[in-house]
Amino acid sequence: MRLLRDRRTMTLSRDDISDRLATVGYVADRDIATALWLMDYLKRPLLLEGEAGVGKTEVAKALAAVHDAELIRLQCYEGLDQNAALYEWNYQRQLLAIKTREGMGEDASAIEEHIFSERYLLERPLLAAIRRLDPPVLLIDEVDRADEEFEAFLLELLSDFQVSIPELGTVKATSIPRVVLTSNGTREISDALRRRCLYHYVDFPDVDREAKIILVRTPGIDNALALQTARMVAAIRKEDLRKVPGVAETLDWAATLAGLDIHDLRAAPEVVHETMICLLKTHEDRARLSREVSDRLLGKVA
Amino acid sequence: MSATVAHDYESVGLLMRRKLAGFARTLRDNGFKVGLAETRDGLAILTLPAARRPEALRAALRSLFCATRSDWERFDEIFDAFWRGRGRRQVRTLVGSTPQASASSRSLPGPEVGPGSTGLPDHAQRHGDGCGRGDGRGRREGASHFDNLASVDLRHIVDPVDVAQANALASRLARVMRARLVRRDQIRRHGRRLDLRRTIHRNVSHGGTPVELAWRRRKIKPLRLVVLLDASGSMSLYTSFFVRFLHGVVGAFHEAEAFVFHTRLAHVSASLRDRDVTRAVDRLSLMAQGIGGGTRIGESLATFNQWHARRVINTRTAVMIVSDGYDTGEPKRLASEMRRLRRRCSRIIWLNPLIGWRDYSPRARGMQAALPYVDLFAPAHNLESLAALEPYLAKI
Repeated sequence: MRLLRDRRTMTLSRDDISDRLATVGYVADRDIATALWLMDYLKRPLLLEGEAGVGKTEVAKALAAVHDAELIRLQCYEGLDQNAALYEWNYQRQLLAIKTREGMGEDASAIEEHIFSERYLLERPLLAAIRRLDPPVLLIDEVDRADEEFEAFLLELLSDFQVSIPELGTVKATSIPRVVLTSNGTREISDALRRRCLYHYVDFPDVDREAKIILVRTPGIDNALALQTARMVAAIRKEDLRKVPGVAETLDWAATLAGLDIHDLRAAPEVVHETMICLLKTHEDRARLSREVSDRLLGKVA
Repeated sequence: MSATVAHDYESVGLLMRRKLAGFARTLRDNGFKVGLAETRDGLAILTLPAARRPEALRAALRSLFCATRSDWERFDEIFDAFWRGRGRRQVRTLVGSTPQASASSRSLPGPEVGPGSTGLPDHAQRHGDGCGRGDGRGRREGASHFDNLASVDLRHIVDPVDVAQANALASRLARVMRARLVRRDQIRRHGRRLDLRRTIHRNVSHGGTPVELAWRRRKIKPLRLVVLLDASGSMSLYTSFFVRFLHGVVGAFHEAEAFVFHTRLAHVSASLRDRDVTRAVDRLSLMAQGIGGGTRIGESLATFNQWHARRVINTRTAVMIVSDGYDTGEPKRLASEMRRLRRRCSRIIWLNPLIGWRDYSPRARGMQAALPYVDLFAPAHNLESLAALEPYLAKI
């Protein structure tokens, strides 16, 4: 067995992390750097909660970039089982091997030994995450969509970092991944899992931060437009909408506006209203934000 | 994992360590789930030079001690109250006056900062007992717009026999559902469709000859019950009884969530999970502050729809609203929120204690607005009327 890599030697200080977040292009809010640093210091996973579209997944990507580590992502869904999350045998190849070897007259136990070896094992995200040489960042996305049973299994994995495969034996972690879990709150996740994790509530970015995000992510946009866009989106979020636009929608909208060569929202109210399809994704919301409403908001923010 | 990290705890002064332990206790009193491991990790944070900056310490402890969004929202207040020496009294007034606090109705009453664990709720109650109880009854007719900050002590109102009966009834309701689920399980054991992929997979050891078959079956989720209890003045005669019923439901149902509302909505499942009925109800009586004030059913439902519905409602959820329908808010608002709720859940049951009264007809404006969206409108003035719900719930 390979020795566990000691992660503490690589621990970055909190200020290092916030500096590096900036260099990898992630516009961080004040406290996220602390949370990311605590993950290393206390060796706990980080649970991110927040509405859809606030940029939870981005945090994990930024974390991977900060540590220059691989990002392994497990998207959870209802009915996700261990086979899809952990490992599976490549049974087509196994069957093929059985047939050919039978034809060659090999004896049964030798065949069995052969087909249940590493070669026929398919790694799924969780197994992959603990078998890497360098600790990767493991993103367990939307953990609330998975079933309770899977959550219990996850809890076990996160405390032991070892997996038993009946045909192969126990696989111990060669490196302990940094684990980020995200939840949209479609189901209450268990207290045990919550307690195991550090917690960070991700909110929609405030206007200044969102303007910075737009500037970083949208090439060829000018300062004033970015700020105007961010303020407009902030005002729209305050309206009573069924689906509040997320950061990705803001970026789409900003890119659209920049692409249409607009420099001042006030100068083109009809374009503003028409391009709002980037932000509003239901018929109801679209009807609610009529031209009058959009003009009123525009008058307030711009 | 965290246990393996060695830290120099000695460098943290005794005073500081005691203070941290006190802080952990305060958080626990406020419903945070803070265990020994968290306290130990908190100590590890204190050993760091960065912890001397209050803002860094706050951010770090917040990440560590919070586990839910409501924790997250309340943490700063409790942190300030504890570490910056602001008294509990002040914090209370803050809760009432800050606009955010009243806007997000999810926030429960102000944090308790104090030494005790069980001693404190009693204190707080006695505080309000003088006017609270009297008020709760006196305001039965006239709903006021102001949160009545005194909390009515629910414990002493109800007869112990009724309590036992209500609890027994709730667990019986739960048992009815469970029996049904088991039967469905057995039918499913054989499955309906053959899972070809799994079958081949499973029969690799037979050289690919399908000896063992794998079946697919639909997973049926148990029925979830979400109860929204009106704890306003006009309901005060019934509130104590239903709080106990809620406790039984949350304890016995596999999946159940409980909310209490008057002018605001509070999520109370966590406090009801306490095995000790008296303690759970005590804690709830603190949360149901404002009892005896007016009712804003529409706004409370809006809060529910906006913040909780997505999480607590799945495709097999029945929502049970227990209220007399006397709403001091806009009936239009109530109607539109009922429509939103209707779209989400499979059944809405409205229990109205007044139906049991002779000559009652649902004339209250709020009730009128809500009725079109209700599947079952039933009386709930005594135990029999609740027991009559059993067959209906079993059918969903």
